[in-house]
Amino acid sequence: MMMIHRWRRSGEFVRSACKSLSSLRPEHNSMSPPVSGFVNRYESKGKTFQSNAWNDHNRELDLGRNLGMMQQYKSFGSSSASKVQRNPLFSSLEPKDVSYFKEILGDKHVIEDEERLETANTDWMHKYRGSSKLMLLPKNTEEVSQILKYCDSRSLAVVPQGGNTGLVGGSVPVFDEVIINVGLMNKVLSFDEVSGVLVCEAGCILENLATFLDTKGFVMPLDLGAKGSCHIGGNVSTNAGGLRLIRYGSLHGTVLGLEAVTANGNVLDMLGTLRKDNTGYDLKHLFIGSEGSLGIVTKVSILTQPKMSSVNLAFIACKDFLSCQKLLVEAKRNLGEILSAFEFLDNNSMDLVLNHLDGVRNPVSSSENFYILIETTGSGETYDREKLEAFLLKSLEQGLVSDGVIAQDINQASSFWRIREGITEALQKAGACYKYDLSLPVEEIYNIVNDLRGRLGDLANVMGYGHLGDGLIEPYVYEWTSKHRGSISAEHGLGVMKANEIFYSKSPETVALMVSIKKLLDPKGILNPYKVLPHSFFSP
Amino acid sequence: MKILVAVKRVVDYAVKIRVKPDKTGVDTQNVKMSMNPFCEIALEEALRIKEAGFAKEVVAVSIGPPQCVDTLRTGLAMGADRGIHVEANSSFLPLTIAKILKSLADVENPGLIFLGKQAIDDDCNQTGQMVAALLGWPQATFASKVVVLDKDKQFATVDREVDGGLETLSVDLPAVITTDLRLNQPRYATLPNIMKAKSKPIKKMTLEDLKVDIKSDIEIVEVTEPPKRKSGVIVSSVDELIDKLKNEAHVV
Repeated sequence: MMMIHRWRRSGEFVRSACKSLSSLRPEHNSMSPPVSGFVNRYESKGKTFQSNAWNDHNRELDLGRNLGMMQQYKSFGSSSASKVQRNPLFSSLEPKDVSYFKEILGDKHVIEDEERLETANTDWMHKYRGSSKLMLLPKNTEEVSQILKYCDSRSLAVVPQGGNTGLVGGSVPVFDEVIINVGLMNKVLSFDEVSGVLVCEAGCILENLATFLDTKGFVMPLDLGAKGSCHIGGNVSTNAGGLRLIRYGSLHGTVLGLEAVTANGNVLDMLGTLRKDNTGYDLKHLFIGSEGSLGIVTKVSILTQPKMSSVNLAFIACKDFLSCQKLLVEAKRNLGEILSAFEFLDNNSMDLVLNHLDGVRNPVSSSENFYILIETTGSGETYDREKLEAFLLKSLEQGLVSDGVIAQDINQASSFWRIREGITEALQKAGACYKYDLSLPVEEIYNIVNDLRGRLGDLANVMGYGHLGDGLIEPYVYEWTSKHRGSISAEHGLGVMKANEIFYSKSPETVALMVSIKKLLDPKGILNPYKVLPHSFFSP
Repeated sequence: MKILVAVKRVVDYAVKIRVKPDKTGVDTQNVKMSMNPFCEIALEEALRIKEAGFAKEVVAVSIGPPQCVDTLRTGLAMGADRGIHVEANSSFLPLTIAKILKSLADVENPGLIFLGKQAIDDDCNQTGQMVAALLGWPQATFASKVVVLDKDKQFATVDREVDGGLETLSVDLPAVITTDLRLNQPRYATLPNIMKAKSKPIKKMTLEDLKVDIKSDIEIVEVTEPPKRKSGVIVSSVDELIDKLKNEAHVV
């Protein structure tokens, strides 16, 4: 992930620069990228290579346009709204609707209270704010079905919402969509201690699931910074990746089944618990990562892994990015099956965290250019430890590593993770920032950060960090990414932020098919409108 | 001067422990074990004293099963000069440990013995005091401020945390010091030090070598979890509240 942290004092300079460079801006058409890439979900889908459909449009990255885009985003949360209009085909909320909801859900679970609505209307980054007047809290799948059936018949647009920790504005209304929050559907339905299959409702908080599994000796196959608030339904709907993807793979592999409700209220029971089931088309994959635009996930069946007690964590310093890459290759080769995380952050990220968070110190005594976190998880304490030490000492001798420490207990390990996981938090405190989550071929990864630094100079602080193990770094500029055959959203999804950007990573034919599927499953387009797919396909 | 530091291998502080079904103790199978946090602080303090020039050697000692060697390796990686592993198959209570440490002290002749104030698995807070008593040495427990050594006069000045605040003691050397949380922040084990630690010696000793009588007068009868907190009750009126306080909780 690369963050461009813009210093406030340079704001004046940026504005004046904008004026003089505005003539350089290319013409806008309906497909022009609004830009805003900020979202930071710790996931990684690995490298995706898609040809850029817009190659012939000759969009060269230029400083003026970037500055122009930066200036646009100074105003709070209005960015996407200024680009898209409310679909006039959607109805507006009427008192009879509220009465109906109160009838089927009970008064307590129909929220019109302004304070609660304000929180539900605003995303975690405080960058997007909708103006919904109603939030519904269904307790079970049947209620979700009734709600959607009614909304579909009334043409009322809705936003499925879980923990509201998404970073692309996908979990909050753009206009006045009704919020359907599944937070009350938080029961664990079953857990098989032999196979490790967990079946639970979509509103279960990830950390709570992890705690439950811990008592049984199992772990969730995903872990992310937002675990204390995010829901498993949201994780599945956004195909969250996170810190453990390198070890356990993506949700497309670990989710065995799910139950979802489509726009017209139909309940699709695809809640299998079998690892092998080749009967017909595997439709659950459509819902995984569709960001609530094809249906609301209400139950999830997921394969969990046995907990292994031997966890080791090392915090390493490397001189240059090439060493980091070589270290990754060597780690995979030498640590093999016990490698469970490989994260990196650069010097700027470290400084940011040290400056803005309390009680954090640099584990490595010297300040270096790059820092790597390597984690191993296995079943043999002494064996794993020796393996990690041997690998690191060899790397030290070979000069790949300039310094490093190994955590001696869980407390020390937590403090190392705090540094990596705390970057987003530190950025929030530091001020306005632009975050991009992109995946690129490993060799290109840091070039974009350097490229950016060269172009922006003192205007902004550019930093890079991410799940190096999965090939993820979140650099700037979709075009740079597209040109170098990367994906504009490795992990965080498209949401509202990048709804119009999909062409940077997917061909027109592919997108056309996506639109067809969307229209098939949700003809009126009431599920999470204005997001994921380009607006032009759905405007009347 | 030599400093002897006793370090204990315990269940990691961050682990959620469970009691074994047969109630004989805490389940330690497949749980992460680490050096007792207070022992880490003790070792860190000993290292700082050595780095300040007041001591020549820091010796780490651990008593227990073969895996204790891992704990000693951590100590060596932090900077201790050598380790001693006293082999024992079962876990011992503080008095037995104290007797073992006394025997070791008779052999090694340290000028200072550092221990953590208590272990996080039994919370006894007895070993340091017992060692001092057995040796007839002065003790400064719950040390919370940097220990200053006066080389010429052969005594140490220690600030200790007591209920009423801070107490400053001056103890003649040799002495026993147990360390409290705020004394220092232990260093991380760096890769270069881990490398150096591989060549540092760990001496194995047995209880027979030390001629220690391990018979204990204390037997652990049962280990149970504390009773689960009962959920609260919402009362509908003040009268009901008073009734419950009087007749159920018996506090009024």
